[in-house]
Amino acid sequence: MLKGKVAVVTGGSRGIGAAICKLLAENGADIAFLYAGNTQKAEETQKALEALGVKAKGYRCNVTDATQVAAVVKEIAADFGGIHILVNNAGITKDKLVPMMKAEDFDSVVDTNLKGAFYMIKSVYPLFLKQKSGKIVNVSSVSGLIGNPGQANYSASKAGMIGLTKSVAKELASRGVCCNAIAPGFIQTEMAEAFTGNEEIKNAIPMKRFGQVEEVAKLVLFLVSDASDYITGEVIRIDGGMAM
Amino acid sequence: MVFEKVAAMLAEKLECEVSEIKMDTKFEALGIDSLDVMELLMNVEEEFGTEIELGENKVNAVGDLVALIEGKLQ
Repeated sequence: MLKGKVAVVTGGSRGIGAAICKLLAENGADIAFLYAGNTQKAEETQKALEALGVKAKGYRCNVTDATQVAAVVKEIAADFGGIHILVNNAGITKDKLVPMMKAEDFDSVVDTNLKGAFYMIKSVYPLFLKQKSGKIVNVSSVSGLIGNPGQANYSASKAGMIGLTKSVAKELASRGVCCNAIAPGFIQTEMAEAFTGNEEIKNAIPMKRFGQVEEVAKLVLFLVSDASDYITGEVIRIDGGMAM
Repeated sequence: MVFEKVAAMLAEKLECEVSEIKMDTKFEALGIDSLDVMELLMNVEEEFGTEIELGENKVNAVGDLVALIEGKLQ
C-alpha cells in the first residue's frame, strides 16, 4: 500500500508513535522516526522496523528547536531520497489544575505539541509543495475538542493543532497535499497509565473500554494512504464514542 | 542575467512569451498566487545554488524577486 513512500513520524519510539511506525512499515513504507531522548528504546524500534524489510532510522531531535527540526528533515530527505508522509505525533503532558500550573508547564507542553508540529510542517512544506503531493497527519486529542480538567495546557495545544491542520490543509489543498488531524480519546499507553486503571473513566466511554495503539495506527494508515485522497482539513475522533 | 533567467522560468511555467514578462509585471496580473511565487523561489534556489529567505520581503512584482536574488548573489 505504501511501497516507495517515506514516512516521518515524530515521537516514534514509544506508544502510539511506535504503533504507527510499525503499521506503516508493515504496509511497505520506509520509516524515519524522531525521538526525544531514549536512545536504547529508539534502537530497539529501529531494529524491529528493519526486521519488517523496510529502511528505518531513528533521529534524535528536540522538536521544540526550529533549527534542529530543519536540519533533521534535511538529513532525512537526503538519507531516504525524499519525504512523502509526515505524522506529527510527539506530545507531552504536564497535567495540573490551573492555579498550580506554572507558565513553564504551559509553555513546554505547547512548545512540544503545537510548535513542534508547526516546525515539522514548515520543514516539509517546500518538499510537498514541489512534489505536489504529501500527507500530513497531526495527532491531536479529544482533550482539544472538549477540554479536560487539569489539561488547560494540553487541551490548548491540541486544539491549536486542529487550527494548524485546517490552515495548512487550505494552503496546500490546491497542490495535492492533504493535512488532517486525528483526535484519540483514552488510549492504553505508558503516557496514559494514570487513568487506564480508572473504572469511572472507562464507564464514561460508550464502548466501555480504552483504545489500543494499533487502532489509532490503522486510522493513520488510512489517512496517509491514497484511500483518503479526497479528505483534507478533517478531524477524526477515535475515542470509543466518548466525545460525540 | 537574473531577470532573464526568472523571466524564462516564468514563461515556461505560464506557457507564454518571455517578452510578455517585464520587471514591473505584477505576479497577480500573471495569475500567480503566493504559493506559485514560493515554488518559483525554490526553483530559483536550485538554479542559482543559493538559499533565499522570503522573510518580511514583499514580492509583488517580477522586479521584487529579481532584486531579492541579486541581493543574495552579491
